[in-house]
Amino acid sequence: MVRPLLASTPTEVVQPPADDRRRARADRIRTIVGRLQPGKSLPLLAVVLVIGYLTLTPLLYLVQGTFLENGRISFGGFERAYATSGLLTMARNSMVFAIGSSLVAFVAGTFLAYITVRTNVPFRPLLVATAMVPLIIPGLLYTISWIMLSSQNVGLLNQISNAIIGRPIFDIFSMPGMIWVEATHTAPLVYLFMVAAFRSMDPSLEESALVCGASRWAMLRRVTLPLARPAIAAAMLIVFVNALASFEVPVLLGLPDRIYVFTSRIFFELQQFPYDYAAAGALSIGLVIIAILGVWLTNRLRGEDREFATITGKGFRPRTLDLGRARIPVGLAVIAYFGITTALPLLVMFYTSFLPYYRRFTVDAFQDFSWTNYTTLFTNRIFTRSVVNSLVLSLGSATIIMVLTAVAAWFVIRTRVPGRQIVDQLSFLPMIVPGLVMGVAISFVYLRNPLPIPVYGTMAILFIAYVTRFLPYGMRYATSSLTQLHRELEESAEVSGSSWWQNFRRIVAPLMLPGLIAGWIYIVIVSIRELSSSILLYSPGNEVLSIVIWQFYEKGEMTAVSALSVVLVLTLVVIVSIAYKLGAAIGLRTD
Amino acid sequence: MLVIRNLVKTFAGERRRGADDAGRRVRAVDDISLEVKEGELFTLLGPSGCGKTTTLRSVAGLERPDSGEIRVADRVLFSTLNGRTVNVPTNQRGLGMVFQSYAIWPHMKVFDNVAFPLQVMPRGKRPSKEAIKAKVMAVLETMELAHMADRQATKLSGGQQQRLALARALVTEPPLLLLDEPLSNLDAKLRDSLRFELKRLQRELGITSVYVTHDQVEALALSSRIAVMRDGKVQQIGTPREIYEKPANRFVAEFIGTSNFFSGTTAGRIDGRLAVRTEHGTILVDATTPNEDGKPVLLAVRPEAIDITAGAAAGGRANEWTGEVVTRSYLGDSVDHIVRVGSTELRVRSRSSTSIQAHTEVTVRIDPANLTLIPIDA
Repeated sequence: MVRPLLASTPTEVVQPPADDRRRARADRIRTIVGRLQPGKSLPLLAVVLVIGYLTLTPLLYLVQGTFLENGRISFGGFERAYATSGLLTMARNSMVFAIGSSLVAFVAGTFLAYITVRTNVPFRPLLVATAMVPLIIPGLLYTISWIMLSSQNVGLLNQISNAIIGRPIFDIFSMPGMIWVEATHTAPLVYLFMVAAFRSMDPSLEESALVCGASRWAMLRRVTLPLARPAIAAAMLIVFVNALASFEVPVLLGLPDRIYVFTSRIFFELQQFPYDYAAAGALSIGLVIIAILGVWLTNRLRGEDREFATITGKGFRPRTLDLGRARIPVGLAVIAYFGITTALPLLVMFYTSFLPYYRRFTVDAFQDFSWTNYTTLFTNRIFTRSVVNSLVLSLGSATIIMVLTAVAAWFVIRTRVPGRQIVDQLSFLPMIVPGLVMGVAISFVYLRNPLPIPVYGTMAILFIAYVTRFLPYGMRYATSSLTQLHRELEESAEVSGSSWWQNFRRIVAPLMLPGLIAGWIYIVIVSIRELSSSILLYSPGNEVLSIVIWQFYEKGEMTAVSALSVVLVLTLVVIVSIAYKLGAAIGLRTD
Repeated sequence: MLVIRNLVKTFAGERRRGADDAGRRVRAVDDISLEVKEGELFTLLGPSGCGKTTTLRSVAGLERPDSGEIRVADRVLFSTLNGRTVNVPTNQRGLGMVFQSYAIWPHMKVFDNVAFPLQVMPRGKRPSKEAIKAKVMAVLETMELAHMADRQATKLSGGQQQRLALARALVTEPPLLLLDEPLSNLDAKLRDSLRFELKRLQRELGITSVYVTHDQVEALALSSRIAVMRDGKVQQIGTPREIYEKPANRFVAEFIGTSNFFSGTTAGRIDGRLAVRTEHGTILVDATTPNEDGKPVLLAVRPEAIDITAGAAAGGRANEWTGEVVTRSYLGDSVDHIVRVGSTELRVRSRSSTSIQAHTEVTVRIDPANLTLIPIDA
């Protein structure tokens, strides 16, 4: 098998004009043009354009809709919005709400995470369930269940309080109530994040503190927490931005008592006819600015995490500390926490779903149990149609997102095009835009509709909203699964002679598939719960599940809400369990 | 077969037109020229960061050099000479490459891994399915992997993976094979046996190969010729024996094997041999140049080329000294002694039967033929 000499293949370029400088310039242009390979450039360009369009047009139109009234630049929107609602009060409420719920969620989540990873706490499976379940329950249902639990006359909590103190002390329609519900709903996010952080921390760093004579408390204070600072900052950021963007809690719990935060105020402005778009836009922009500030602040807190090289990719075998006598009290605390934050809300839903009307918790009530609510639900055409709509939207947008982000991730990670990082940053832009604001912005866009097809009032606008909102999650899964792919797998395909498309189709995509599927599942789960964007964009016939729940709630049909909740939660539990089993190797991540 | 001329590749920092940022940019490949003859196994050898991998990847088209020329069998793959720029894309160069990680595609079977280069050929040139099958099986036979053709590629041992990577690289019968540290991911024993396999295969197939490694033992064992590189420049090109026995400068002498060094100045000739005046007296060297006196030179001698015997030296003889053993290390097939002679410590390697205790007086003797003269680096 002696190599024959390759025949000479002419690949030289035609001689350009004699002038040196012109020759050099023509050369450079030819180099750039020559480097463009249509098979590779077109799909990449298309994806970049789509992502740019989806992420930028809402914000651009938002700005335009806020500042442009009757064709002239005006600040009328700002004046009306901030003057009437009292900017300071609203900002203060938003801060109190966001910071308050972040702190409570943080303390609860971190405490639970630490004892899970680092100690021999009893009832460990319960802890894990406490972590996962609230993530599955949509925020709307969680909030409504707390409303039912703390209803003045009928709620279980006040029943107990009445019995013990003689007064119903639980009033959920208050700032403490809002903070409580928001915090307990997002604590699981902190929990999962901090569990991962503690797991990847070298336990010998803490052990050496003990050997040096530190008490456990001193060790926590001076070693563990400082080392975990980058993770803590990241977790706080997530919860803070979540709270700022929170819609269900402020609207359901705050509005009745006129406690306004940005999101509830925006919603309020858009419920009153005639709609004051400029005011809503002004409030939205204010909210986005606060969110950006929050992100910037947290990034500064994390800035020094280069020194904290203790959190490596390696997982360490957790060496647990013995709680000793504290074991029983801590165990009881875990049960109590689980009971209050997870079991109670689920139980009240379950209980109510079998009753003809929401009533106090008594033993007699059991005699009135029936399946009526469920049968009514399943014969309700709006409900069945919303199920179809939700499925179509979730599955469809998840697929579109994963396809887009797979190609976009390749563009950002594998090419050397200058400015490619912009695509990465653009795709994370929707993260800081609260869902409600995204709904506002998108409605601005399609009221003027730059596209040649009808969008407003159709499913298309919901599709656009879903794809835009959940793009960051898809991007995160796509980039992480691509970075795990050894570059040499693609390079050897290149050397073997494959074109870009052949490489992507036969090597990159199949190997990215597990990560892409994980992202797809995550987006499906999260998008089925979606409310804050849909509520401004839906139209009759295009309702999704969460909208139907909302409508039931507004009409006061608590039993219908409960039945629907049970169905929804059970379905999500099934989906998540399947996903968990499938994704055990992939690792389902939360934001 | 492969001609590289004046290859330059810099990294880091945005390229600014006209301005000379040479101070801030890293010159990974700093004006390299070499020629690989047909049928050779040519090794680029050097420490990390010396530019060997960048050079190899430039030949493959995975790096784009700043300037220079790369030709394979009279076909220009890259050139910025004469004001014209030519850069053939990687997937049109028609070369074969074995990567450090082997880059075996885990989601394909063994057969499909090897068939891939044939399947992605442009439609006009692509062979028929039967032809592809025949070629793939032929290559797999040569690599003794034919019986694994239907297995998932992940279920192969290290040695089998290497052969699979080779099979894939060779199935298109390329004029040149590139190998990027293919043995560095393996444990020592496997590395040893696969080294012989690689060499046997390459010599049998007669395929021109460029091999990159930082392991000098590997380089010496495998190569037809070696280019020792450092900081982007070629230090010396030669056969393994030439590189080892006649290093061109101190770096090569230190990088390949171990060396003992003496610095001194030339001082005429005695009995036709060059005399070099050093702090240890006059050392005689079998060298024909330089012929001027008073020139500063560096002498290098390999540890195994020094004779060591117990007992003090008789005295007065050239190239013979009395020293004291500082420590010794038993290595199984040899013994390393560190011997202090005056203010210098020499490393002496002897057969395992010669093992002299520490603090013993010894005589060390160096044959003039075993000393190499190294030009002093400017």
